Parts: sequence; structure tokens; C-alpha cells
Amino acid sequence: MTLANPADRGSASSSSGLAATLRHAKYVISENPVTGLAFGMFLVLIVAAAIGPYIVPYDPLASDTKAALQAPSWAHWFGTDQLGRDMFSRVIVATRLDMGIAIFSVALVFAAGGIAGIAAGFFGGWTDRIVGRISDTIMAFPLFVLAMGIVAALGNTVTNIVIATAIINFPLYVRVARAEAAIRRQSGFIQAARLTGNSEWRILLTQILPNILPIMMVQMSLTMGYAILNAAGLSFIGLGVRPPTPEWGIMVAEGSAFIVSGEWWIALFPGLALMFAVFCFNLLGDGLRDIVDPQRRT
Amino acid sequence: MLKLIASRIATAIPSLIGVVIVTFMLTRVLPGDAAAYFAGPAATPQAIAEIRTKLGLDKPLPVQFVDYVTALSKGDLGSSLSTGQPVATEIASRLPASAELTLSGLILALAIAIPFGIMAAVKQGTWVDHACRVITTAGVSLPVFFTGLLLVYVFYFKLGWAPAPLGRLDVFFTAPPTVTGFYLIDSLIAGDLETFRSAAAQLAIPTVTLAIFALAPIARITRASMLSVLSSEFVRTARAAGLTPYKVIMVYAFRNAMLPVITTLGMVFSFLLGANVLVEKVFAWPGIGSYAVEALISSDYAPVQGFVLAMAILYIILNLVIDLAYGVIDPRARSEA
Repeated sequence: MTLANPADRGSASSSSGLAATLRHAKYVISENPVTGLAFGMFLVLIVAAAIGPYIVPYDPLASDTKAALQAPSWAHWFGTDQLGRDMFSRVIVATRLDMGIAIFSVALVFAAGGIAGIAAGFFGGWTDRIVGRISDTIMAFPLFVLAMGIVAALGNTVTNIVIATAIINFPLYVRVARAEAAIRRQSGFIQAARLTGNSEWRILLTQILPNILPIMMVQMSLTMGYAILNAAGLSFIGLGVRPPTPEWGIMVAEGSAFIVSGEWWIALFPGLALMFAVFCFNLLGDGLRDIVDPQRRT
Repeated sequence: MLKLIASRIATAIPSLIGVVIVTFMLTRVLPGDAAAYFAGPAATPQAIAEIRTKLGLDKPLPVQFVDYVTALSKGDLGSSLSTGQPVATEIASRLPASAELTLSGLILALAIAIPFGIMAAVKQGTWVDHACRVITTAGVSLPVFFTGLLLVYVFYFKLGWAPAPLGRLDVFFTAPPTVTGFYLIDSLIAGDLETFRSAAAQLAIPTVTLAIFALAPIARITRASMLSVLSSEFVRTARAAGLTPYKVIMVYAFRNAMLPVITTLGMVFSFLLGANVLVEKVFAWPGIGSYAVEALISSDYAPVQGFVLAMAILYIILNLVIDLAYGVIDPRARSEA
């Protein structure tokens, strides 16, 4: 279990890249059904984000005071909130915003942290020292607290939630990219590229970056869950997303007032949706790591 | 030992400087009018200009920074707009509430996670191990505010075991005379068992919420490090020498396995201090987290800035303590210093 089947790995390295990766992916999924499950969950999230707003039974913003605070029923699968809005529609429609925040922030930190980390690992010296100092300073804060401060300072908008989430993840990306780039700095193919007259930045972008891309993808998947939790936490305390916009964190916050009087469904379903998404990305990250780096399986 | 402490403190100083610079930059350098933030959303242009002069925001940045650091060194974090109270006093008076909650959560998490992680490693592949894996994966996927609400629903609304999630004490009780600021300890010092019981009942559910959150990373790292220590040569030798399994695990392996756990505690604290804010909001806990959240909602910037700085300094101190504890446990770290 700890190592992939040696025969499988041998054949994978001898045949062409993509086909081998696919075969290995298939092997990993069949070996570990949990990863298959994670891919399935991911698909559900993608579908909900893509076509959710068009398929939900009710308008997520339409209030109907006659039907306020109804428990889950056939008409309202997830019940209704204090304004009579259909919770099922709101939870589904919120997927796009929540996923959007997480994906944009991860993409942002992937670009910024990835490049900074590769440059630090590849060039060393001053670049390394400056990037390292910036990372250390970010890490000196409790990360969620720093995100609160950044959103408060930049202004209370969704864009700034994306930026704050990206900033607090920056050190994680730098660390991975820096370590991976430093290992490859003096390897044969880099020296060959240098000998044939490539500039350093060109080597960085065409040789190092593609090489560490798979590992960075794993990192992206692992930090997606954290990004979702962080963004939902910020909107739970009233930052970023404003009511009546459907968003999981703010919906849990709205439902929290009704928990003490027994209306559990308003907070429960958005909370479950959050858990579903985070759980999906955590499992997916572990699964992707198995595909990319079979030796690091746990 | 003194030399070690001095060198560790020296390594914390760059972090401290960085933290002060960042908290300063958050208000003064980033786009946006700091005076407008400090003045609040309903201020007139004259009021904003007045505040700008009053806060010294019309001076050049380096001068402003010197002013900020000078004020900081006197413990002055500015004043809250909504209450008019100095931020430093407010934070100091609310800190024990947060500290009591965070520490109880951490202690409970450690008390569960470490034995659990050791069991999972010793009995690798059994149901304990699988349970450990499921719980650690689920634990990191749970939004802490959601866990808190679920526990409130089950233990307050359904079972009626827990009191209403409204602060540190039931309304019928008065706070015990302040000695440490921790109600559990103060009520015992005062010999007031009724107040102690009330405080403990209020504290129970928020503590469990935080513990569930902190449990996962601690259990995971305990299991992993215990596994690697158990497969090492000195453990094999100890076993071959005929020592009892208890002695091998608890005396030989445990102490070595704790080193990575202590290192991970730094990360756990980072998560805990953030989760604390959310838990305080759920349970109307009168700590510094809910103070900052209230200020954030009313765009009252000075308390938020003070809060971020206070939390960062607290975090640096905690990391320092972790470093020193590492030195106490591991003689190698002492000799390197």
C-alpha cells in the first residue's frame, strides 16, 4: 500500500507522458476508491457552480413571508429561512460564488507565490532573502487574523476577500516552489539549457516551471479547502459578501440566530455544503498527490 | 540555558519588527484614506480633515511611523470610535476571556489527540488507526463556526444540558473577584463553587468546539512521528533488550515523538487564534475576537488594528515559548545554540 506497484511504475516511466499519467490515474482511482469518490464530489460542485442558477426550483432572492421558517419538506427540500426564501435554491446558487472566491484566490497565489518561490529557489541570494523575509513576516501573524486586518484595511468587498485569502496562503506556495526549484537548480537538463544559451528567466519559465507544475497542482488542491474555509469564515463574521447574496458562510451566520430556537435547517445545509466542498478538495489533494508523487503516499 | 533563551528572543525580534511594520502599513500605505477609516462611515469632510491632523496623517510617512512606534512603546493603540475607550485597556480587559477559552480548547485537544495518535501508531492498521484517519480528515474539513452551532443545537436546544450560548457566566451570577482573569481559577480562589460550576458550564461547549478543530492536526502529527520513531533502531534495540512494551513506548519512543508535535503546535496556535474569533462570535464570548468583529462591522478601525497587532505579538510569544520548550526537551537543540 505504501508504494505503487513497481511493475506499474516501470511501465509508466517507459511509455509516453500523458498516457502513462492517465494510466496511473486510473490505477490510483481503482486502488483507492476514496479518490474516485473525491472526483465525483468535485464533479457535483462543478455542475452546481456552472448550471446551478438555471436549474434551482426557486429564485434564491425571492422572499415569501407566508412560507417563512418552514422545516424541510417536499416543496422546500432544505426548508425556508426567516424571509421564506428557499434554502435549497440558495445553497446551490451559492456554490458559484464560494467556488469562485476560492478558485480566484488560489489562482492568484499560485501565480504570485509560485513565481516568487521558484525565483527564490533558482536564483538564491538576494531574491531568496527578500522572498523569505516577506513569507516570514506573513507567517508571524495568525493567518485568519491577518486576513481580517487586510480586508478591514483594503475595504469590505469580495475582491478583497480573494486578495486576503491569497496573501495568507503565499508562504505555503513559496515554500513548496522554492524547495522544488532549489533541488533542480544544478541538475543536468538545466545545465544543458544554460549551455545552449538560454537566459536564466527563460530556463526558469520553460524548464523549471513545467517540471514543478504537478507538485504545485497538488498544493493548489490542498489549499482550496483552506481557502473556502477562510473565505466562509470571513463572511461569517460579516466581511465581504453582503446579504441577501447567497453565500455559505453568511447563510450559516444568518441561521445561527435561529439555532437556539430550534430552526436548525437554515444553518445546517449551507454548513454541510461547506463541509462537502472542503472535504472534497482535501480528499482530491491527497489523491492527486498519489498520482503525481507515488512515493509520498501515506 | 540563559544563552539559549537570549538567542531565541533575538530570533523573535525580526518577526516583531515585521509585524509592527505590516500593521502600520495596513492603515497608512495601502490605497484608501486612513483618516476616512478612522473617522467612520458617516463623517463629513471637515471631520475627516480634523481627524487627519489630529492623528498626524498629514505628516510624511516616516514621521508617522516614528509617531506610531513611539505611541506603541507607551502602550497606546489609539481609541475606539464607538465607545471612546482606549483600545489597549479594552484589549487587556478582554484578553483573559479569550485566553481562558483558547487554553481550555488546546488542553482538551492535546489530552485527546496525543493518546489517540499514539494508539493509532502502536496499533497501526486496526480500527483505532482507521478511526484516527477518519477523524483527522473530517476535523480539518469542519468549519469551526458550524461545529459550534451544531453543538449548541444538540446540547442546548435538544438535550438541554448546556446553558444558552451567551457569554462567560449565567446572568444570575456575578463575576468572581479578578485575580488571574480566568473565571474558573478566580471562582475557586474565592471559594465560590456555584460560580465555578456556572463558568465551567458556559465554557464547556465552546471549549469542545475549539478542541475538535485543533485535534485533527495534533493527532495526525502524533501518529506520523510516533510511527517513524517506533521503526527506528534505538526502539528496536530497546525491544531486543527485553524492555516492557510500556517502557519502550512511553519512555523511549514518546519523548522523541513529541518533538515534531511541539513544532506543529506553532501552526495549531495560528489556527486556534483565528478559530477563536469565530467561536467567540458564535457563543457571544466577551473576548478580544468579538471585540474586533464588532469594530469591523462598524468600520471602527483602531480596535481592529490593535487586535491584529495584539494577536500577532501573542503569536510570536507563543512561538518563542514553543522554541524554548523544544530546547528543554531536546538536548541537541540546546547544544546547537
